[in-house]
Amino acid sequence: MALMTLFIITAVIALVAGLGLLFARNAVYAALFLVLNMLALAVLFLTLGAPFLAMVQITVYAGAVMVLFLFVVMLLGAETLKEEGGPIAWQRPLALLLGLVLTVLLAAVIFIEATGLGNILPPPEDYAAPSRLAMLLFQRYLLPFEIASVLLLVAMIAALVMVGSKKKTSSSSR
Amino acid sequence: MDWTLWLEWTIKAALLLFILLTGFAYTTLLERKVVAWMQTRIGPNRAGPWGLLQPLADGIKLIFKEEFIPAHADKVLFILAPVVTMVPALIIMAVVPWGREVVLFGRRVTLYLADVNVGILYIMAIASISVYGVVLAGWASNNKYSLLGGLRASAQMISYELALGLAFLPPIMLAGSLSLRDIVEAQRSMWYVVYQPLAAFIFLITSVAEVNRAPFDIPEAEQELTAGYHTEYSGMKFALFFMAEYTKMIAVSAIFASLYLGGYLGPFESQFPWLGPLYLAAKIFLGLFFMIWLRATFPRFRYDQLMALGWKNLFPLALLNVVVTAGVLALVG
Amino acid sequence: MVPTSFYVFLAALLFAIGVTGVLFRRNTLIIYMSIELMLNAANLAFVAFARQFQDVAGQLFVFFVITVAAAEVAVGLAIIVTIFHTKHSVDIDAMRELRG
Repeated sequence: MALMTLFIITAVIALVAGLGLLFARNAVYAALFLVLNMLALAVLFLTLGAPFLAMVQITVYAGAVMVLFLFVVMLLGAETLKEEGGPIAWQRPLALLLGLVLTVLLAAVIFIEATGLGNILPPPEDYAAPSRLAMLLFQRYLLPFEIASVLLLVAMIAALVMVGSKKKTSSSSR
Repeated sequence: MDWTLWLEWTIKAALLLFILLTGFAYTTLLERKVVAWMQTRIGPNRAGPWGLLQPLADGIKLIFKEEFIPAHADKVLFILAPVVTMVPALIIMAVVPWGREVVLFGRRVTLYLADVNVGILYIMAIASISVYGVVLAGWASNNKYSLLGGLRASAQMISYELALGLAFLPPIMLAGSLSLRDIVEAQRSMWYVVYQPLAAFIFLITSVAEVNRAPFDIPEAEQELTAGYHTEYSGMKFALFFMAEYTKMIAVSAIFASLYLGGYLGPFESQFPWLGPLYLAAKIFLGLFFMIWLRATFPRFRYDQLMALGWKNLFPLALLNVVVTAGVLALVG
Repeated sequence: MVPTSFYVFLAALLFAIGVTGVLFRRNTLIIYMSIELMLNAANLAFVAFARQFQDVAGQLFVFFVITVAAAEVAVGLAIIVTIFHTKHSVDIDAMRELRG
């Protein structure tokens, strides 16, 4: 019962934050709504027995990725942008309509297909303990892990080449 | 769930908050006194004996100051920013253990708030979101000095977080656990500062940078940024930034003590568990004294020097240290 | 206890909001944030199913998604900053030169 209450509160926060991102006029507020959404998801991860992921979610997403976003928004002075008009006038109403259609479709599919999943069972002993995740990560998924590290290196070099190519480094976004 | 357990948790959390807030107040007094002695001055000595009531006087003064919001500031975020700064500083201490357990009113009470198996990750997560308050304060003030201070702060904190994260690793590797309690218990034979002097040193430096203290207080450099991100703040909203800084100093000292100085461990602690909190408090005091000493001794770094120190010296050193530690652990056992 | 379908339903709603954001907004940075929201929604579904089937591998996938998202943000923001240097705008319609 307590879990259900917690789920409903967090889900509402996550949805409101998502809608806030969708309709925020100011990019700084949009970023903050997304941060709120990520924090809510971290709480949901905790209720799903994934404390490790919840902490990684906060550290990487809320703590690093979104700070980078805010940094770029403030650096470029790109807080507000006139959204109306533009070359394709009917794009925005159509976008909302399509979004609504997608929502209804997904909801319908889940109602038909996923309601049979039933309740979540209590997790087995030390489910998702950090040590267990580490065992799996460094044994069965070692190759993806190594590829991810190479990917990060490539991304770092790419970002440096793109932003730092000019000699007059304008307080690079690193 | 058992309601007495809820009650116990609530009392412990309230007690922790109370300790942190009074601790903050007296840390300000400690800083003023110690800096004064180092500069052969006397320091505050008028309010109460030895100036002991000075923090109270400061608090009353700040409460009665005028609250001012600049005309074109973003009002919501301007008010939210100090709160966002303060909350992480208060909750980060939740996973630091103060002792093992004691018997109180015929009930076994553990002297820690939460012993989670991802304790260190919790600390890193909270530390990483503490940037927001500073950045938002700088942006919402609608003042170029504040914005520059906020951006500098975010760049500095992100840069030093890497080395700090790597300095967290050696104790985790030695203890084989992410829980702070396990790490402290693993230091019964020997404090980790003996095995890992380099990591402890890096942790000290980066944590000072992480709380934006001198000599790394570039986000709030008076001479170039007229106090940086909190230029426009006054009254209680300024006091919240001030509180956050000193509460973070306490938290950082406590975490350092738990990771490298054996936390609540000390002589006779196994017979008398009540000594645990006292030992930890003494070690926190040492950490606070060290930070104040730094402030009284060193001039402020230049911005490029700060970045170079973080990225070119501390980060590779910490990385190397982790590799060497892993190698030694793999060889020795 | 909360049924798994609730979590999946929430994930689907968040995903739909993300898709709508990509179509609806014109600020490149906010479009980018909407993509992050979609990734987050997928992560939630992953964790929910990992719990449903009692298999931690689902959580590892989230770990990889987060890693890739971090790399993607670094490159993507660098691209936006570079474009801003020439166009002085983050409007998605300012980047129409690529159309055939």
